[in-house]
Amino acid sequence: MVADTYERARHAARLVQAQYAKEAHQTSMKAGAAQAFLPTSAQKNPKSPMADYQRGQADAYKSASLKIEQEYVIPNEMHSPMEMQSVTAHWEAPDRLTLYDKTQGTLGTRRDFAREWSLPEENVQVIATFVGGAFGNALHSWPHESAAVMGAKVVGRPLKLMLTREQMFTMVGYRPYTWQKIGMSATADGKITAISHDSIGQTSTYEEFTESTLAQTRMMYQSPNLTTRYRIAALDVSTPIWMRGPGEATGAFALESAMDEMAYLLKLDPLEFRLRNYTDQDPEKNRPWSTKFLKECYQLGADRIGWQNRKLEPGAVREGDWLLGYGMGVGTFGAHRGSAHVSAQLLPNGHVVLQCATTDIGPGTGTAMTQIAADTLGIDPGRITFELGNSGFPQSGSQGGSSTVNTVGQAVQDACLALKDKLRELAGASQPAFASAKKEDVQLADGYLTLASAGASRAQYADLLKQPGAAFVNVESKPTGTDGQTYSMYSFSVHFAQVAVHVLTGEVRVRKLVSCADAGTIINQKTAANQMKGGAVGGIGMALMEDAVIDHRYGRYVTKDFADYHVPVHADAPAVEVAFVNQPDYHVNALGTKGIGEIATIGVAPAIANAVFNATGKRVRELPITPDKLV
Amino acid sequence: MNQFQYVRATKPQAAIDVVAKDPTAKFIAGGTNLVDLMKRGVMTPQKLVDINRLPLNKIEAQPTGLRIGALALNSAVAGDAQVRARQPLLALALNAGASPQLRNMATVGGNMLQRVRCSYFYDLSMPCNKRQPGTGCAALEGINRMHALFGASDKCIAVHPSDMSVALVALDATVLISGPKGDRQLAFSDLHRLPGDTPERDSNLEAGELITAVDIPDNPFTRHVHYQKVRERASYAFALVSAAVALDIENNTIKAARLALGGVAHKPWRLPAAEQALVGQPATEASFRRAAEVAMQGAKAFKHNAYKLRLAPNTLVQALKTASAA
Repeated sequence: MVADTYERARHAARLVQAQYAKEAHQTSMKAGAAQAFLPTSAQKNPKSPMADYQRGQADAYKSASLKIEQEYVIPNEMHSPMEMQSVTAHWEAPDRLTLYDKTQGTLGTRRDFAREWSLPEENVQVIATFVGGAFGNALHSWPHESAAVMGAKVVGRPLKLMLTREQMFTMVGYRPYTWQKIGMSATADGKITAISHDSIGQTSTYEEFTESTLAQTRMMYQSPNLTTRYRIAALDVSTPIWMRGPGEATGAFALESAMDEMAYLLKLDPLEFRLRNYTDQDPEKNRPWSTKFLKECYQLGADRIGWQNRKLEPGAVREGDWLLGYGMGVGTFGAHRGSAHVSAQLLPNGHVVLQCATTDIGPGTGTAMTQIAADTLGIDPGRITFELGNSGFPQSGSQGGSSTVNTVGQAVQDACLALKDKLRELAGASQPAFASAKKEDVQLADGYLTLASAGASRAQYADLLKQPGAAFVNVESKPTGTDGQTYSMYSFSVHFAQVAVHVLTGEVRVRKLVSCADAGTIINQKTAANQMKGGAVGGIGMALMEDAVIDHRYGRYVTKDFADYHVPVHADAPAVEVAFVNQPDYHVNALGTKGIGEIATIGVAPAIANAVFNATGKRVRELPITPDKLV
Repeated sequence: MNQFQYVRATKPQAAIDVVAKDPTAKFIAGGTNLVDLMKRGVMTPQKLVDINRLPLNKIEAQPTGLRIGALALNSAVAGDAQVRARQPLLALALNAGASPQLRNMATVGGNMLQRVRCSYFYDLSMPCNKRQPGTGCAALEGINRMHALFGASDKCIAVHPSDMSVALVALDATVLISGPKGDRQLAFSDLHRLPGDTPERDSNLEAGELITAVDIPDNPFTRHVHYQKVRERASYAFALVSAAVALDIENNTIKAARLALGGVAHKPWRLPAAEQALVGQPATEASFRRAAEVAMQGAKAFKHNAYKLRLAPNTLVQALKTASAA
């Protein structure tokens, strides 16, 4: 319903009587999993990461004597960013569309709507200067965006559409319900001999959503025999989408819980068990890690949480009416780098303006990029403006998969170096010292250019900018060389939790959470720590409260507002302590960054679940761990 | 939201006259529940009578107790020195409810008249006898983990969501009511109803009746009190189960007890038999556990709320332990 005020539109919408033809439906994974199938992408391509994987003998754990076999379930979890999905569509001309949209990728959205309306891409502009949190839900174009574009066409005016919180439950994707089973065997001295990991994730009947639920299992621990099988089940539901950490966070709940269960079976400290199965090279691809400082993370975290105070025996530490326990969970995510374009321009006042189509969905991308530019140019960050969130700016992929600093950050550095070189070249036309200098030697001072090696040479910006050829560069930066084939590149994290569980009421309180990451070079300690803390709090929600419940008789959610669907409040979040190894990985890029966004969440939920077991002796394998499961 | 008229009342009688004459009219005070229900279309009053200007927000000491005006804000009552000194259980229960922002808007009268939080009541596409009599109860065979253990009927199994009311029923409060037929008083325990065959009626108020105040008689329960609320996160969630307890203990012997549970029935659930079971007993966990067993007699669980059969007595025991140790 389109109207000139929000209230009128909503009232009118309520007056519409919709009639539907009833058909039989299936929204329950418990029933639908029986029809699970190998994703089409894996059927077509046996090398797809969604395809079945095998090393050594299949399901070898079954014949072992020391083994576990358990099932793990996570429910549907809803995207709950502060800002609901919102779009304003404006047809500037019959064939020119501008979208002010909540999106993680201005170019992806531009491509989708250019296709939908058969327009050349340059006729569609997508602007997303500010995004109020997205976590994956804005990596896909959703039906409400199409509705807004159509509505704007009909009324011939800009049209704004913002989803309600309740609509967020069905319109923009969610972390899918996933059933997993892990079988694991080990020798008495704690060497894993086999792991089998099966997973069935929920998707819709009209799209196949897949995610890398089993990736961590294939490469995290040394195991000569390893089997993974990924399936999806199509239900009469809306399509899921990536949600922070995405499939890896789901998979890590099962894998890292199973590691804890196996450690208990072996009567081993779970940290020691992980150390005994540590991989010094990638056992999946049989090649070296680009860098891996996970052992260092273990040490940092164990020291900070006070792991030495942990008792192996569950239920052994009591404080009044609360049982205390410690747990850990490990996370990993590929250190992905794509290609990006960044432009840089020197203004007569000495300011530098950089532009890139990338978005900043909350991690502080603009800050990090400004910092990289300031470091590269050697000027005050206050003299740099980094403009983003516009499809008209130089091209970049979506902000997702922990790859923005790896990709755009490197492009910023490259653009700044290219700008220096361009300025040197411009200055060289009149001053030979510049012509023969190296670009690294060029320094940007207040109003003029100098050379580090020849302090006397100066070129005024005002003079440079008068010369033919502007002080402007537009650089494409992408991975080159063979490092991508030679090395396995991953970020790593470990999360340690101390929890208290009330003996009578079953309430769980996270007393302390320590998150340590090997994420390569840390560009900005504050924004990086902020990401880690946010990811940890997301993990608390996943572990303890988030549960989107469907009444399968009606196929409708019964928890669809913040009264019924719980996300953590401040009182649920302890002070999260963060530590970084901060070692560069120059195989990923020249900055040495590896990415943080996902590993901040991956492994948090099992750390909490394992701590609950350590506190109580109760193993909860179906999230969330609500009081009813412990009382 | 439906179209509605809005009028502001300056005298109680004027407000009562409007609502008594017009069955589609509703009083509105803080609006923290009613506005949500109107936005969802669950309630569609044609007229709102704003009573916020009525002089009903005083907290007064009376010769035999405290009188709290119906328009006193939840936060004001919880922070009031007299309330904290003479009825600390009430302050504890109030502070366990909602969030500071909501407590700054919500009134005492509105709090006790909150409607149930059953998801099916809120979803217009679902059957619900309370919202639309005769359509059936979707929760009965549906997702009912939040639902009642006591006093439910096959017409409705929802629970009353108020924390404050659990304390008030334990404290033998009385509700003062003005209506088209004059003033009357009602024991707080008689304000709310069990669903029976008429779940559409939450309370025993008649059309046009307005709660003007609540009286809480003085009692010896100024020290050994506790409100234990178990919920799915540390704050800002409705109770799975809650317990309001007040004990008078002398020489470690319980002289008097007042007990009520929240989150277990369509009304705040007073526990007279369990109170009797405590009188004369030592204030020990064994006594508390026996009383909790008595409290649970007659409880009946549904498919998803059987955990409350364990959680409710445990919550009561924990509340009693904390109160007795205070």
